[in-house]
Amino acid sequence: MAEANNVLLRVDNLVKHFPIRQGIIIQKQVGVVHAVDDISFDVKQGETLGLVGESGCGKSTTGRTVLQLYRPTSGSVIFDGVDLVKAKGEELRHMRRKLQMIFQDPYASLNPRMTVGEIVGEPLVVHKTASQKEIEERVANLLELVGLNPTFSSRYPHEFSGGQRQRIGVARALALQPSFIVCDEPISALDVSIQAQVVNLLEDLQKQFSLTYLFIAHDLSMVRHISNRIAVMYLGIIVELADGEELYLKPLHPYTQALLSAVPIPDPIADARRERIILKGDVPSPVNPPSGCRFRTRCPIAESICAEVQPHFREAKPGHFVACHFAERFL
Amino acid sequence: MSDAILDVKELEVTFKTPDGNIHAVNGVSFGLKEGETLGIVGESGCGKSVTMMSLLKLIPSPPGMIKNGKGLFHGNDLLKMSNEEIRHIRGSQISMIFQDPMTSLNPVLTVGLQLEEPLILHLGMTRNQARERAAELLNMVGIPNAKDRLGDFPHQFSGGMRQRVMIAMALSCSPQVVIADEPTTALDMTIQAQIMDLVRRLRDELGMAIIWITHDLGVVAGLAQRVIVMYGGFIIEEAPVKELFANPQHPYTLGLLGSLPRVDEMGHHRLVSIDGSPPVLYEKPNHCPFAPRCKWAMEKCWKENPPLLGIGIEHRAACWVDTRTGSAR
Repeated sequence: MAEANNVLLRVDNLVKHFPIRQGIIIQKQVGVVHAVDDISFDVKQGETLGLVGESGCGKSTTGRTVLQLYRPTSGSVIFDGVDLVKAKGEELRHMRRKLQMIFQDPYASLNPRMTVGEIVGEPLVVHKTASQKEIEERVANLLELVGLNPTFSSRYPHEFSGGQRQRIGVARALALQPSFIVCDEPISALDVSIQAQVVNLLEDLQKQFSLTYLFIAHDLSMVRHISNRIAVMYLGIIVELADGEELYLKPLHPYTQALLSAVPIPDPIADARRERIILKGDVPSPVNPPSGCRFRTRCPIAESICAEVQPHFREAKPGHFVACHFAERFL
Repeated sequence: MSDAILDVKELEVTFKTPDGNIHAVNGVSFGLKEGETLGIVGESGCGKSVTMMSLLKLIPSPPGMIKNGKGLFHGNDLLKMSNEEIRHIRGSQISMIFQDPMTSLNPVLTVGLQLEEPLILHLGMTRNQARERAAELLNMVGIPNAKDRLGDFPHQFSGGMRQRVMIAMALSCSPQVVIADEPTTALDMTIQAQIMDLVRRLRDELGMAIIWITHDLGVVAGLAQRVIVMYGGFIIEEAPVKELFANPQHPYTLGLLGSLPRVDEMGHHRLVSIDGSPPVLYEKPNHCPFAPRCKWAMEKCWKENPPLLGIGIEHRAACWVDTRTGSAR
C-alpha cells in the first residue's frame, strides 16, 4: 500500500493462528484455527475504517490483535511509528494509553462490583496519570461528555439500561484521551432506537477529539453509515477494501456483492427492485480453509484456477483493493 | 374482520415480579387473514413475543397471567381451551419457529426423531411413514442428503441448517398459521438471506399465513404484506407494508425509520435518534406510553392514551398528533 504521511496505524501481513490442543496432561497440538491469515491495511488519521464480515471471519480477532490483546503469530502493527508487535512491558503499556477499545456486550464488559466512577476512573488509576481529586473531576467530565448525569458515578452498572452502559464503556475508553479506538460491535447488543443514540455519540466524539476508529460490525448498513472506508473480511482474510460509496456502488468481489444484496433495506419498493444473490451453503471451518481462494466453495463465478491459486490482494483501481482473480470483470 | 382465521381481541397479559406486576401486553387486537404475511415489529420488551406465546398458552403461568382478551382461531377461543385441546392445535394447525434453533431443538434426540414426533402425534402416521415424510420435509427446506441426515443430532448442523430443520418441523403438519419469532436474528447476513428466500418460496408453494415477529424493519419490508408496530405493550401503528414505509404516522415508527442506517444511503445523514429508552410498565399507563420520548407530545398525550385512529385505507395509528402537520388530529 502506498505510504502516506497521515497514516496513523499500519498493519502488515498480520497473522493470528490459535493452536488446537488435545490431551489432558500431555497436550499435543493437533491443528490451528486460521483466525486471521495475512492481512494488511492502514488506518488514516481521523478516519473511521469499517471492518465487516460474518461471525467467525476474524474481524474481532483482528481488532484484538491490533491492540496486542492477542499477540500476533506474525506480522507488524505500526502505530505512530512504533511497532506494537515488538513493543514490550513499559513501552507497550505506555502505547496502550493511545489505543483503547469499546466492547460489544455492555453487560459483560463492566465489572458489576465496581461503581461507575471506579470503572471510568480505573484507566487513570492504572496509568497513574492523575491524583485522586483530579480523577473525580475527570470522571464527572467524562460522564457528562457521553450524556450521563455526573452524579451517577456512585451507582453500579446494573442500575443502567443497555444504552447507558454502553455510554459508560465509551467514557472509560476516552479516559486516557486516546487517539485510536477499536469499536468491537459496540451497538449490536442494543435496541434499534438506542443504536442510533450511541452511533451519533461516537460520531460527535470523533469530531470533538479527532479520534480515529476501527469500527467492527456485522451489519453492513451501519458500517456504511459510520465509516469512510470499509474492509470486508471472509474466513480470515480481507477480500475487499475501498471507500464506502465506491464499495457500495462498484463492489468487485463476489462475496461483497452477495453481502450487499443480503442486507435488508427498510423500504419495500427499493427492496423488491434489487437483485438478490443468495449464496449457497455455509462458511467453511477456519481450521481447514479451502485451498486457493477461500470463498470459492460458495462463489457463483468460481473456476478451476480459484482452487489452485490464492488471489493476490491487489489495488484494482486507485484506493480499491480486492482479492479475486476475476475482479476486473466488474470494473 | 370476518375473513380472519385468527382474530385477537383486547389481549392483556401481565407478569408478576418481586417489584410489582409488569403489564407486558395491554389490550392488543388484530386479525390475520388466510395466506397473509403479517409482520410484527418492535424493540425488546414491547410485548411482541408475549402476545404470540400467550395465544398458544406457551407463557409460564405463574408468573405470566392472561388478564383479558380473546384469541379466536376459526371462531374458537384459544385462550379458553384446555391444555389438552390446545395441544392438538399447537404444532398442527398453528406452529411456531423460534429465534434460537440451538436451544429450541432437543440436543439429545436425533433430528429425525424430532421431525417424526409431530407427524405421529398429530397426523397418526406410522414410524415408517413418518420417517419417509421427514426426509421429504428436510429435502423441501434445502438440506442436502436429507435421508442420511435424519440420524444426525442438532449439534452436527450449522446455525442456518438448524433453522431449516426448525422450519421443516413447523411445516410438517401443513399448518394454516406459522408464527415465526425472530427466526433470523441469530443468523449471519448471508444465511438470513437464504432463510428469507426459503420462506418466500415455501409461502408461495404452500400458502400458509405467517406472523413474522422481528425488530428489524428491513426484514419486514422484504417479506410482509401488512405490518403492526408495537410499543410498550400496545399496537401503535398498523398498515399495509408499502403504506407504512411510504407514509409512517406514529412518532415512534418515524423515529425507528429515522434511526436505521441504509446501505443504499448516499452522502452522510445524521441518524435521527429517539431519546430515552423503552418503558417498563408497572401499571397500565393512562397516558400515551411513548409521550416521555416524543418530541410532538402535547398536553392531551399526558392525559389520555390514544386509541388506534383510522388514517387511511387499512392504516391506523395511536397518536393524538398529526405528525404531517404537527397539530392535533
